[in-house]
Amino acid sequence: MGGVCIVATALEGTLARTSLELVGGARALQPLGLQTSAALLGHGPGLAGAVAELHRHGVGIVYRCHHPLLSAGQSDAVLVALQPVVARAQPQVLLVAADTVGREVAPRLAARLRAALATECVQVGAADGAIVARRQVYGGRALATLVVRDYPAVLSVKPHALDVPTAAPVEGRMEDVEVSIDAEALPARVRQVLREQAELGLEEAQVVIGGGRGLGGPEGFALLRELAQLMGGAVGASRPPTDAGWVPASWQIGQTGKTIRPALYIAVGISGATQHIAGVSGSRTIVAINRDPEAPIFSVAHLGIVGDYREVVPALIARVKELKGV
Amino acid sequence: MEIIVCLKQVVDPELPARDFAIDPVTRRQVREGRPLVISTYDENALEVGLQLKDRLGGKVTALTLGPAATSGDAIRLALAMGADQAVVVDDPQAPVRLGAAKARLLAAAVRRLGRFDLVLCGCESADWVERVVGPLLAEALQAACVTFVSRIEQVNGTLLVRRLADEGFHLVEVRPPAVLAVTSDESNRPRLPKVKDIMTARRKPVHTWPVEEVASQAGMEGPLEVEVREVTLPERTARCEFLSGDPGEQAAALAQRLRELKLL
Ligand SMILES: Cc1cc2nc3c(=O)[nH]c(=O)nc-3n(C[C@H](O)[C@H](O)[C@H](O)COP(=O)(O)OP(=O)(O)OC[C@H]3O[C@@H](n4cnc5c(N)ncnc54)[C@H](O)[C@@H]3O)c2cc1C
Repeated sequence: MGGVCIVATALEGTLARTSLELVGGARALQPLGLQTSAALLGHGPGLAGAVAELHRHGVGIVYRCHHPLLSAGQSDAVLVALQPVVARAQPQVLLVAADTVGREVAPRLAARLRAALATECVQVGAADGAIVARRQVYGGRALATLVVRDYPAVLSVKPHALDVPTAAPVEGRMEDVEVSIDAEALPARVRQVLREQAELGLEEAQVVIGGGRGLGGPEGFALLRELAQLMGGAVGASRPPTDAGWVPASWQIGQTGKTIRPALYIAVGISGATQHIAGVSGSRTIVAINRDPEAPIFSVAHLGIVGDYREVVPALIARVKELKGV
Repeated sequence: MEIIVCLKQVVDPELPARDFAIDPVTRRQVREGRPLVISTYDENALEVGLQLKDRLGGKVTALTLGPAATSGDAIRLALAMGADQAVVVDDPQAPVRLGAAKARLLAAAVRRLGRFDLVLCGCESADWVERVVGPLLAEALQAACVTFVSRIEQVNGTLLVRRLADEGFHLVEVRPPAVLAVTSDESNRPRLPKVKDIMTARRKPVHTWPVEEVASQAGMEGPLEVEVREVTLPERTARCEFLSGDPGEQAAALAQRLRELKLL
């Protein structure tokens, strides 16, 4: 009874990376003396592997919730499934990934449990017997430190903000939780999933090329895609190109969009507003290509090229081809 | 359709860095002397509400929680864009409240307004970005909830909404009453009011409710308090190395550096 319960998902057979990030978050709360358990939501044969993966990372009890409606984006179903888990585990702390579903579920769960609520955390830890969490505020201009003293507490964690922890196997145990969901009774239900994936998952790619308003239109992105393909990377965007419909909305990087932490991020025609930087500041090396030497992006970039992308990017493509012998 | 749109006034998120400051006592952004605007996605929410009204008829109410003394511009803009009436819950403390407390007060105000089919709000605020007001309102009002909604259509009495998702989009069927938190999209760029609209907006009703009145109806439901211990500005160390020359030379230098970093 009690402890930290992470809400883990395995929708397509494998445990979501974000679930392991939550395990890392739970570990950071260990000074509070709380055991870690997991609610594992999903369906299909992959669930068993996901249970083992959780044990391998130190999660003791895994409450397995198996139901076909625990699939992409069904927040209302997730809330129904979590109810018996919470009743059984009575966790003091619930950790949720702030992904599509988690963004809806975490606050609603907190309301139902009358719990303390801290969302979109980029760091969680413990100090003086309380939970201490950090989150970006004011468009990434500042970092707020929150202290949560009351239980129960629900914390949501921004995807890709925490590291996946090293393995620390335990002899865990799995409990099946009976989940009954009346599909017709769900007030909101996903009818269709429209995929818009970049060629390579933005969040997993080791090289990301981001395009901004400075590209001037969708054509500029074709050039970036060519470079990305050469480098085995993915293309992303700042908000103006997604708002204008030049590229799919799911390519957006930043505060509202995705958080990425690639080895290399190349920002092309992006001014470097704090809301954009909020999603890329974890990149190991940042390169900026911008016409304006005063652009704020240069204050966070490691390498900068002042110039017109229409000249620089084709030259870069040619040079990379040369080096790769293609 | 009866639509309530929650709008918040925030310090302009485009404010230059030199004008950005944290008040050491309140641990919030200094507002005095800074330009105030409607929080970015709230304006998209209003646009979505107005487009629904244009298509299906009904009424749009703009609801804001904030100090009435400074809320005038936001309300006037909302009315000029096409909202039918406005309600200001006059709360001088609003700028330091967290989303959970705000949602509790907004829910009480919505109940006082009476019947609604949709409550719309922004998917996140331009200041604290908690992303909680929509979902917490939905719980308090026992309504359906979808966040990061870019488009809404009515099909046979139910709503089909497009939700931005990690992997693309979800089409979600929603049974009203519902609270939908709206994100930006090419289809919901906020309209610019015409001079005529600005004139007629002056005659539209604006109701101001003291926060104490609303709070007394709010009940005790809702999450526990969380303490904001500090708000700090991250240190940025400028260390950009600029690559010089013509585009060919710059590109060659970059490729060389990426190779050294084992990135190529
Ligand atoms: C609540 C909120 C949430 C937000 N969320 C996000 C988010 O998730 N992601 C995000 O990116 N933004 C977000 N924003 C928007 C953000 O504040 C900026 O408006 C946005 O990032 C600017 O995008 P940009 O740099 O592409 O465009 P601009 O600021 O217009 O910059 C374009 C740049 O391109 C350069 N340029 C122009 N032509 C060329 C050329 N030929 N060659 C090279 N360079 C050229 C210019 O010098 C300029 O620096 C958010 C804003 C708010 C208020």
